Amino acid sequence: MGLLDRLRQLRNSAPDDDIDGRTKALVVHGNEFGYDPFGLSRESVRTAAMISRWLYRHYFRAQAFGVEHIPPSGRVILVSNHSGQLPFDGLVIGSACFLEPPQPRLVRAMVEFFVPTVPFASYLFSRWGQITGTPENCRRLLSAEEAVLVFPEGARGISKPFSKRYQLAEFGKGFLRLALETGSPIVPIAVIGAEEQAPAVNIKPLAKLLRTPAFPIVPYPPFIAPWPLPVKYRLYFGEPIYFTGDPDDDDEILDDKVKQVRNRIQSMIHVGLREREHVFW
Amino acid sequence: MSSGEVTDRSLPRSRKVVITGISGRFGHIVARRLHHELGWQIVGLDRRPMHGRPKDIEHHQVDLRSKKARDVFRAGDVDALVHLGVMHDPRARPAELYSWNITGTTKLLEYCQAYRVRKVVLVSSANVYGPRPDNPQFLTEEAPLLAAQRFPQMRDLVEIDHLVSTFLWRAAATETVILRPVHIVGPVHNAPSNYLRIDRPPTLLGFDPMVQLVHVEDVADAITLALSPDRRGIYNITGPGEVPLSAVLKELGRLPRSIPHPVAKPILSMAFRLGISSFPVAELDFIRYVCMVDGRRAAAELGFRPRHGLRETIRAVLEPA
Repeated sequence: MGLLDRLRQLRNSAPDDDIDGRTKALVVHGNEFGYDPFGLSRESVRTAAMISRWLYRHYFRAQAFGVEHIPPSGRVILVSNHSGQLPFDGLVIGSACFLEPPQPRLVRAMVEFFVPTVPFASYLFSRWGQITGTPENCRRLLSAEEAVLVFPEGARGISKPFSKRYQLAEFGKGFLRLALETGSPIVPIAVIGAEEQAPAVNIKPLAKLLRTPAFPIVPYPPFIAPWPLPVKYRLYFGEPIYFTGDPDDDDEILDDKVKQVRNRIQSMIHVGLREREHVFW
Repeated sequence: MSSGEVTDRSLPRSRKVVITGISGRFGHIVARRLHHELGWQIVGLDRRPMHGRPKDIEHHQVDLRSKKARDVFRAGDVDALVHLGVMHDPRARPAELYSWNITGTTKLLEYCQAYRVRKVVLVSSANVYGPRPDNPQFLTEEAPLLAAQRFPQMRDLVEIDHLVSTFLWRAAATETVILRPVHIVGPVHNAPSNYLRIDRPPTLLGFDPMVQLVHVEDVADAITLALSPDRRGIYNITGPGEVPLSAVLKELGRLPRSIPHPVAKPILSMAFRLGISSFPVAELDFIRYVCMVDGRRAAAELGFRPRHGLRETIRAVLEPA
């Protein structure tokens, strides 16, 4: 089979997605103007879904395993590994939760504090349901039975150099406190593929000079990563974990629970890497 | 009926309230509400004359900082103070504004303590929290007041709020209530209402924050609730909901003039100086970042509920002033 035929087969193998229907089926707590308290607008989500669906089905050709573990409703904290220099892992997870399960869910991921200062990004992320990453915002959303996506590795994870791929960086404890405060289940997610989308080396001296947390460069022009390579994303959703306890407990007790989640994700990563045959297809 | 007396079956004499800033439209609305509906005896205190006042409202046209203001309280029969007289005029000299606002408020609190005024209500503003990119979506009353950090002109508002907060804790015999309403709109001449009346209001290119608006009559409701006995504390007063600024402008049929943010401050400052625009440049961040509040405490403790819906509140700026 020639390359063109192979590509045609790939394109036709993507399932049809009823974006309109799925957008209508989303649970949105909108007011009479059509906005929820955080600025989410169904119309904007529909437009974004068209673009992200192309990325999900055709560019990344993503596959999601364990979709049945995404609760169809009710509060939930999705916890994932973070990687790849560019935040496409968040986009792919969000697309999976919108496109794959019978009841589409809109996942609220957290954006960094500088995003509201950037023109257009400032309100677009909000219209798509993404929120500024403060604990109060998360508590409010979880109390309203929404799904929140957290990357406990944070910037440490996303700017990881290629040599450290698939090794989880240190986890922050915030997500666990939130889970205990709000009684939310935690669904662990392992993302395979994002590490290779922008394989980078960290140039520490340059980072120090420019006072950025990291300065990753990639081995192909233009040497900084403006867009991801077309890797094949594989998402593994694990069984929900229910924790009970006092959010104000000592750090050691919380650390123990955080380690449980971290270990679960690390083992899901190992399974995923073993099952994977190739990075790009 | 003798002048100045309104018989009220439940009280031996009607309660007397001093309202500063009564000469403004907001002051009129509050005075009317307290006088007609609740039978308070009104004493106005304002630098400006009060036009069209009913005969049984006493008005003193004095500077808050002068000795004549003390005379109003000296008789010892003032039951409450409603302080609306905070000067926001962006064209006033900063030193004058500061003196009026800070000295004036300090003196008022002095008189309240000296002459045993039982209730003090300050109408502050939710603006004191400051619009910031790292704000949570809904600020509670515990959030620090950071408005003056990027725009020093906001420091008056913040300082008045702090002054009265300190008074709240210090003067145990007085019931002090600080109300922090979101942007008040209606047939009044304040910054948000004036902004929404501009035919082509300036906005920042690429920014469209969520905003909360509250109808002026609903704020008057909140003040009457604050005047009830056994109410003290700090309360955010929020309106019927939140919408993006663009939705508000669209509802009013305004086509915005988008200015790129790096040049907005110099352009608008220049336009302000030349008198072409009256947009207060100090409030530029309000059309850029979110500054919204959680009003659950007022709902729970004061029983406050806005009576006007979202659309009605927005359209209130179109009412003739």
